[in-house]
Amino acid sequence: MSTLLEVTDLSVAYGKIMAVKGISFNVDKGEIVTLIGSNGAGKSTTLRTISGLLAPKSGTITFKGEKINGLQGHDVVKKGITQSPEGRRIFPRMTVSENLDLGAFLRNDKSEIAADYDRVLELFPRLRERLTQKAGTMSGGEQQMLAVARAMMGRPELLLLDEPSMGLAPVLVELIFDTIVKIREQGTTILLVEQNALAALDVADRAYVLESGSVKMSGNATELASNDEVTKAYLGG
Amino acid sequence: MTQAAAVEKVAVRQYKGTPGQIRRRRIELTAGLVLGALVMVWIVANLINSPTQFAQVFILGFRNGLLYALIALGYTLVYGIIELINFAHGDLFMLGTLFSSYFITVWFGQETSNLAGWLTFFAALIAAMAFCGGLNILIERFAYRRLRRAPKIAPLITAVGVSFILQFIGIKWNGSTPRNWPKVLPQSEFTVLGVHIAWNTVILLLVAAPLLLLLSWVVTKTRQGKAMRATAQDQDAARLMGIDVNRTISFTFAIGGALAGAAGLLYQQTTGTTNYNLGFQLGLIAFTSAVLGGIGNLNGAVLGAVLIGIIQGLNDGLPIGLGQKWSQTVVFTILILIMVFKPAGLLGKSTTEKV
Ligand SMILES: Nc1ncnc2c1ncn2[C@@H]1O[C@H](COP(=O)(O)OP(=O)(O)OP(=O)(O)O)[C@@H](O)[C@H]1O
Ligand SMILES: [Mg+2]
Repeated sequence: MSTLLEVTDLSVAYGKIMAVKGISFNVDKGEIVTLIGSNGAGKSTTLRTISGLLAPKSGTITFKGEKINGLQGHDVVKKGITQSPEGRRIFPRMTVSENLDLGAFLRNDKSEIAADYDRVLELFPRLRERLTQKAGTMSGGEQQMLAVARAMMGRPELLLLDEPSMGLAPVLVELIFDTIVKIREQGTTILLVEQNALAALDVADRAYVLESGSVKMSGNATELASNDEVTKAYLGG
Repeated sequence: MTQAAAVEKVAVRQYKGTPGQIRRRRIELTAGLVLGALVMVWIVANLINSPTQFAQVFILGFRNGLLYALIALGYTLVYGIIELINFAHGDLFMLGTLFSSYFITVWFGQETSNLAGWLTFFAALIAAMAFCGGLNILIERFAYRRLRRAPKIAPLITAVGVSFILQFIGIKWNGSTPRNWPKVLPQSEFTVLGVHIAWNTVILLLVAAPLLLLLSWVVTKTRQGKAMRATAQDQDAARLMGIDVNRTISFTFAIGGALAGAAGLLYQQTTGTTNYNLGFQLGLIAFTSAVLGGIGNLNGAVLGAVLIGIIQGLNDGLPIGLGQKWSQTVVFTILILIMVFKPAGLLGKSTTEKV
């Protein structure tokens, strides 16, 4: 399988605080790869850097063989990477359907956009009932669905999901993870960041365990899920 | 119904905030009603006393209100998108008046209202809008952009500095005393039911109203407008949608500046005077308008500006009133009253959308 995203020796700092310290990983086409790790491990920082919201201190990020670190956020979207960010970050004073439209901001293919619109509403029927509601007035779970749906409207080759299950009731968590599997079946590669390590390892092909800015372990998701160290630290076992 | 349910129902119906909030709201309501009643009495007394004069100053006030609206929108657009009160905006308008004067009188040598004068007027409209829009882009690029992530006080102080720089250019360009210019708009007037209306009032309406409609269309209907609204709500999220945030902010400064340029030309051609400190005077009025309407809210800025224009017009021109020398005081009093009692403004915080 061909490598879609390759992160090499990436370091990112906020002022003097090093949040990510030389991590390397890759995501192949068609995979679900998850980054797990406890609070402050540097997971969101990594995703924000891939999306061009932060500039790396050193290291490279290549996407389809092309270097993308140093690109601005909107140019990264053009290359085919979209993100559902931590904390949802939907546009609260716009309606659900306006939010979805913005997800397709860079696209011009009207009929394809309409098809994707139907596709995401099929994945999240709850959103269909609320198309004209102001997004900020929706429940947290509904906002999370909107954030994922909005990121899909960009029809990315690589979808970055930052804690899509955060703060959701168990039924919704299950729904979100089922949906992630479906999205991959429809041909989108996924890099998933999760606190909910058990669920993440369950849907992922491979995983990287981050700890205070470094990759501590990596490998096949099922194997990591049964690894003693991982179980102790992240799966509450 | 069980007793508990009954109690709960009463509680739900009666809860209207803490006692403090209720008292405060009552005081605000009473003060608002008293003030409103006084204003009504004043207006009715004048209306009965001298109806034609009332109509005349009302129209004049409305005209000035539209002019203020063009400037107020620049404050509100910029505040809406980067939460900066751009103190230099009034001075940009002032440079617009000077640019228009030079364009029409010095560079194109037009002094009378004839066909050439008219053509020059419309050329000046486009040129002044481009000049002020372009200048505003440069101001954002070089003075504000680097400070976007700095504490809010930093760009605020920078804005005051930019205001001084623009005033300095104004002094060099205009001189330190007011200057009179010939007007290329018709100076005649016509009479409807005994009310005199100047042609240049009509022209101002015909130029300003389409510009306001155009702006509203740009913001609500176009791709750029969508990008502006998204950027105003969450810059990083906008980036993740593929929106070029820097370009969007530049664009916002450009349209705010262009409206100020149009206002500069209209002011210069209706009053025939320019002065380096005009930006301070009209800027304050326009800023007050933006705050009155709810800063960040486009409809609010227009509403606030028209209200202030009319109030000022009535106060300055009616026989029973405080008169022109109290004009500024009236405007500042309005500003202070809003700041104290309704800091969100008339349309702020309601469901209407910011930018
Ligand atoms: N804007 C910021 N300024 C300074 N430090 C930051 C900033 N954002 C994150 N950090 C620090 O960087 C480190 C990594 O943060 P990051 O958000 O990437 O963690 P995370 O793995 O996503 O954690 P969580 O699971 O809690 O979301 C933390 O120590 C955090 O305090
Ligand atoms: Mg995080």
